[in-house]
Amino acid sequence: MLKTLFSLELKSLFRSPTWKQNLWMRILIVFAILYFVLIFLSLGVGAYYIIEKAQIGEPFEVINRYLIYYIGFDIVFRYMMQPMPVTNVQPLLYQNIKKSTVVHFSMLKMLYSFFNWSHLFFLIPLSIILTVEGQAAGQVWAWSLSIYFLLLVNNYLNVLVNQKNVVFAIVASLVLGSATLQYFGIFDITPYTQVFFTALFNQSWLVVAALALLLLMYFSAFRHFRTRMYLDAGLAKKSEKTISISENYFSRFGKLGLILRNDVALILRNKRARQAVFAGFFFIFYGLLFFTGAVEAYESDTWKLFAGIFVTGGFLFSFGQYVPSWDSQYYPLLMTQNITYLDYLKSKYTLIQVFTVATTILSSWYLIFGVEIFSYVLLGAIYNLTINSVIVLWGGAYVRTKIDLTSNKKAFGDKNAFNYKTLLLTLPKIALPLAIYGGFNYTLGPIAAKISIVVVSIAGYFLKPYLFKTIISIYQKEKYETLKAYRS
Amino acid sequence: MITVSNLSKTYKDTTVLSIESLELSKGEIIGLVGNNGAGKTTFFSLLLDLIKPSTGHIENNKIRVDQSEAWKSTTAAFIDESFLIGYLTPEEYFSFIAGLRNINKADLDTFLNRFSTFFNEEILGRNKYIRDLSKGNQKKVGIAAAFIGAPELVILDEPFANLDPRAQMQLQKLLREINQDLGCSIFVSSHDLLHVSELCQRILILNKGELVKDANRGEISLDALRAFFTEEIAEGETTPSPTDE
Repeated sequence: MLKTLFSLELKSLFRSPTWKQNLWMRILIVFAILYFVLIFLSLGVGAYYIIEKAQIGEPFEVINRYLIYYIGFDIVFRYMMQPMPVTNVQPLLYQNIKKSTVVHFSMLKMLYSFFNWSHLFFLIPLSIILTVEGQAAGQVWAWSLSIYFLLLVNNYLNVLVNQKNVVFAIVASLVLGSATLQYFGIFDITPYTQVFFTALFNQSWLVVAALALLLLMYFSAFRHFRTRMYLDAGLAKKSEKTISISENYFSRFGKLGLILRNDVALILRNKRARQAVFAGFFFIFYGLLFFTGAVEAYESDTWKLFAGIFVTGGFLFSFGQYVPSWDSQYYPLLMTQNITYLDYLKSKYTLIQVFTVATTILSSWYLIFGVEIFSYVLLGAIYNLTINSVIVLWGGAYVRTKIDLTSNKKAFGDKNAFNYKTLLLTLPKIALPLAIYGGFNYTLGPIAAKISIVVVSIAGYFLKPYLFKTIISIYQKEKYETLKAYRS
Repeated sequence: MITVSNLSKTYKDTTVLSIESLELSKGEIIGLVGNNGAGKTTFFSLLLDLIKPSTGHIENNKIRVDQSEAWKSTTAAFIDESFLIGYLTPEEYFSFIAGLRNINKADLDTFLNRFSTFFNEEILGRNKYIRDLSKGNQKKVGIAAAFIGAPELVILDEPFANLDPRAQMQLQKLLREINQDLGCSIFVSSHDLLHVSELCQRILILNKGELVKDANRGEISLDALRAFFTEEIAEGETTPSPTDE
């Protein structure tokens, strides 16, 4: 029975429209996976020696200390990215298959998820290195297995708390909060958790406890699904409470206001669109990598501008690159109504502007790193507001990914947004400002470099009407193709 | 109002629609019938410039639909759920469409009054998003929205499908009234021969992409219409080629 289900699963993967659509996406997915595997692998092989070289303590102890963050961030990433086990259950309900078989299948299927097997690329080399460095092999492997079980506990925990943003907010703020407290030296949680992870090593029998915990999680998740296998329970389409949006506020903007109001509703009422907003929010913290000196390679001024562009441009990139795909589900309506492309684009443009300004204001806490650092954030914001907010719409015109607004959790499924045209258009978005800044910085110094970015931005602002015209002509040219792609 | 000349749509080697010439005049209710794959939706999509014709063109009020967008101010349609915005409530959706067609709130409310029995208290004031409505109720929303602003031409693909029997009767009455009061021409497709013969002043039959029958109501009875399809079945059993009329 499981074999039949598995073959159905394979078919649904290889026959899915996103998979069939283009070669680029498949190549990119493979590359993305290889990239992460490589990261895990180098972390697994290198962690021990890096810690040894940095002389921050006995490597194995340090690893045990920081493992809590490994596991903590794992659950956060899982929540944000890991797809839920969506077996297309409904047609199976009427067939001669036990419900519990279907549930077991969906749950076991998750073990094949990238989010689970990728950890092995970290744990296995790490364990080998540890034995090479003289730890007792039996104990190391038991410890390693315990940790893997705990990561799988995360897997099923994520299933249980899925869709519950409150739980997620608590977990995420615990993880991020303790990281921040530790960074500023206020409170360090790791000595306490270190005891726990060391115990997993010293008391090998604890692996049984970890396994028991895993089984407990598995069966709670199993029960959670099994009891909801009814059309009016877990399988029911949830009808949501409506969020009201004031009509009067938008009516003053005329036709643009009508579309803008829809776009606000689009963001407030659809998971997939809200995700773009969250991404924008997370990008605010991206600058920490650059401004705190955490990564040596990012010390140069040009990289700081790079950070500035991303800190204020998270929403711009995550939302903007999918215009007009956000409207894919009702694109035929828009194409038959009296809407000008200009109004349509202006609405999206306005939205991006508002969010960019908002993220810039939220990013003002970078002032604690000094005015100099904040100036990069501001420069990034200026460039985003004037040039990138238009260019990103240009790139979107080539993206013909149908977006299912009501489903999120498709972080890997949407990678076909990167076709070669959008890749080319990242040049003016990121490479161009960096090149200009770098060039002036090198020849005339940092002040001239900063002024040059402002000047280019102003020039870009005056080019806006022309750019809009170009984008509109692309929209018109691609109309039938776009409609066709959204229909399938 | 609508002039079709030399129109055809071909995918690779298969021609799915081929209409040499067709004139539709203002103010009529026109019915389009045909089996699945006869080309009804293709024809509607061409009328709305959602797909590109392989040859020929369609003029709507002397405007070529594939060259200008001016027809959009006089034409509306409800083809399928891709004409609805799922995350809006019906009220918001109506007011969005009304805004695009320059209809103010008061006029919209008066207009929607006409639909109150059709809506059966399941559409307005329910505080639900359109995506959470049943298929039938979604259809009601789409049909009503198409008439906002009394466009000269309204195109409805299978308006009776998915509606319960009572709503089907009400819809027939509504379409007739709207046609008379507001002067909208209505172009409907349907699989239901009874509805078409009762409602439409002119009936077109498509078969395998070709227009095989074009008759005014007086000229073709329900029985004749039925006979056409039974005949086709009988002939189909012996000779697979389409009938030529």
